[in-house]
Amino acid sequence: MDFLTIIQILDSTVRLATPLLLACLAGLFSERAGIFDIGLEGKMLAAAFASASVAYLATPGWGSLAVWAGLLAGIFASVLLSLLHGLASITFRGNQLISGVAINFLASGLTVLIGLSVFRLGGRTPALTDGGRFESVSLPFSGALGDIPLFGPIYVELLSGHTILVYVAMLFVPLSWFVLFRTRFGLRLRAVGENPAAVDTAGISVVRLRYTAVILCGVLCGIAGAYLATGLAAGFVKEMSAGRGFIALAALIFAKWRPVQALGATLLFGLLEAISNRYPNIDLPASVLIVVLVVLAATLLFAGRKSKLDLSVLGGVAAILMAIALWIITTTGIGGTSTLPSQFMQALPYILTVIILAGFVGKAIPPRAGGQPYVKER
Amino acid sequence: MEPMPKWADLVLVPVVGLVLAFIVSGLMIIATGHDPKEAVKLMVEGSVGSTYAWGFTLYYATNFIFTGLAVAVAFHAAMFNIGGEGQAALGGLGVALVCLFIPWPHWTLALLGATAAGAAFGALWATLPAWLQARRGSHIVITTIMFNFIAAALLNYVLVNVLRPAGAMDPATAKFPEATHLPALSDWLNAIGIPFAARTPANVTLFIALIACVLVYLLIWRTRLGFEIRSLGKSEPAAVYGGISPVKIIMISMMLSGGLAGLMAINNVMGEAERLVLNSVEGAGFIGIAVALMGRSHPIGILFAALLFGALYQGGAELGLWTQIPRELVIVIQALVILFTGALDQMIRMFVGKLFAMRRKAEV
Repeated sequence: MDFLTIIQILDSTVRLATPLLLACLAGLFSERAGIFDIGLEGKMLAAAFASASVAYLATPGWGSLAVWAGLLAGIFASVLLSLLHGLASITFRGNQLISGVAINFLASGLTVLIGLSVFRLGGRTPALTDGGRFESVSLPFSGALGDIPLFGPIYVELLSGHTILVYVAMLFVPLSWFVLFRTRFGLRLRAVGENPAAVDTAGISVVRLRYTAVILCGVLCGIAGAYLATGLAAGFVKEMSAGRGFIALAALIFAKWRPVQALGATLLFGLLEAISNRYPNIDLPASVLIVVLVVLAATLLFAGRKSKLDLSVLGGVAAILMAIALWIITTTGIGGTSTLPSQFMQALPYILTVIILAGFVGKAIPPRAGGQPYVKER
Repeated sequence: MEPMPKWADLVLVPVVGLVLAFIVSGLMIIATGHDPKEAVKLMVEGSVGSTYAWGFTLYYATNFIFTGLAVAVAFHAAMFNIGGEGQAALGGLGVALVCLFIPWPHWTLALLGATAAGAAFGALWATLPAWLQARRGSHIVITTIMFNFIAAALLNYVLVNVLRPAGAMDPATAKFPEATHLPALSDWLNAIGIPFAARTPANVTLFIALIACVLVYLLIWRTRLGFEIRSLGKSEPAAVYGGISPVKIIMISMMLSGGLAGLMAINNVMGEAERLVLNSVEGAGFIGIAVALMGRSHPIGILFAALLFGALYQGGAELGLWTQIPRELVIVIQALVILFTGALDQMIRMFVGKLFAMRRKAEV
């Protein structure tokens, strides 16, 4: 693997991490305010559809402004679903998880239903042409600096040449940090996710704060969806969010509900996706794989040594790992090379999240009042 | 909140939710430029208008009974199991392994074996999320979502790299041997003189689903374990005070839930496809959520809700076949049912409660 390949993989990492990052920050605002949101996926999908449709329809008349109209439409669609989530979970104190599930299905069905009746293309939108897509932006001097060794390729290939939304997403990281941790609004928002009664006692409206958070979440999800359809791809395809909303949720837990760490987590998951796109099958020496499996199994047994239940559950997992190790030994032999399947790479973000959730690698503690509707005493 | 009679709470509230969901769906059909009357007529005829249509409706309903019961059992313990999709997929793997690699002499024995395997695989897939919730406090909703994706990747790997017969192109197992083929519902009904369209996917698994309904009822309301499950669901501190171990009950209820979801596989994998294909569950695990909400987590309610969703699913397929309205309309209806009977439940409750309060006032 040469230097340029690494740069290219990192470049696609940044592209693939951007929608995850935006959705992750969206979830951050909502969940920090105590509103669980498993509807990120649906909001992204709805935004992707709305932005692609409007960008396509506006291209003839609006020219290069069409893509911006698309972005606004995407944000609008996403905020609409956010308000529905707010209505169910804040005003009517319903179950936030069930509401999120409903929103995911609503988006998944409606995008196809409307898409078919408007474009009649089997649920897709027509491919977007120049004015309907976000163009890549060249950073200044990228022509002149390209010849410098090491720094040149990094600047030209990796940092320059992304769409404007990528840079916007990166800017949102310090901005979110500042808003959440250095402003009065941020303090209140975090407080309402930990102890809404205290915020209420201080004379601040819990309902208004939570609605604000949910709307912010909608705006960020809208940008994420618009990036999917008008930045990463050229048009909307059925189910194009493809589980990214859930990976963003995983990244949020991975980052323990903090913005800067969210950048790290989404870049990691983006890197995994970029690697599995470029190398569908990764070859490893079988011996390395076997050692990893045995060490993992031993760790699990050690972790479960204290109670019978833990030992039986973790022991079961350890037994499966050992069975895989044995299978590798019998089929390829210790000296051979075995292939990590691409499916494993796809599942890795989810597996990592489960491990993080298990609390073996630092405990992820969600906001305390998360998921509970606030009932004011009468 | 205004008090209302128990029947209103159990029946009227979900029915009002359902009606609202249908009204909004109707408006959406109008908005996309179609005729809702025509759509309803086609859906009703296509789902319950002939025994052929019933053959499909009952097949889908069987799937949804299993996944609905799965969600309901977990609901009773205040666990929200969104992992039905993955658990049913793993159940399918269990059923496929048992059907492919054990030479069964007769379908009855094969059915017993497949039932055990489907339930066991589904339950095992729910074990880890259950343990993570019970012992480590990791949220069951997040872990079961993650396990759905892991299951999809696992099934993909197994079907493409391990179980695919040599030379076959599509990622699926070989056809199950003849001896494991379940009799279709039409075979039995025709045998006792009731005419029923052949070549429909409804099969004897329907009876297993009905037995599962009865067993779940007995378990939840007539056994000590069921009492413990419901106690934990109502109030954890009270359950702990009463000497109930939350860890034990969470583990047991989630494994039961996973097992029920896994049982679905004997219907779709063994009864219908007769081989394991990619994405065999087709969202039935998620529809189980709507079914359980609609059916108020009670087996009788679930039975009716599953029939309704079976008819919707089949009717939606007919719509997609004969009109410009895509079958995704069913997903929208499903979403609206979840929204109105689940998330906006409180809104309808307040509304119905006010109605009763007004009537009481009028009587006084």
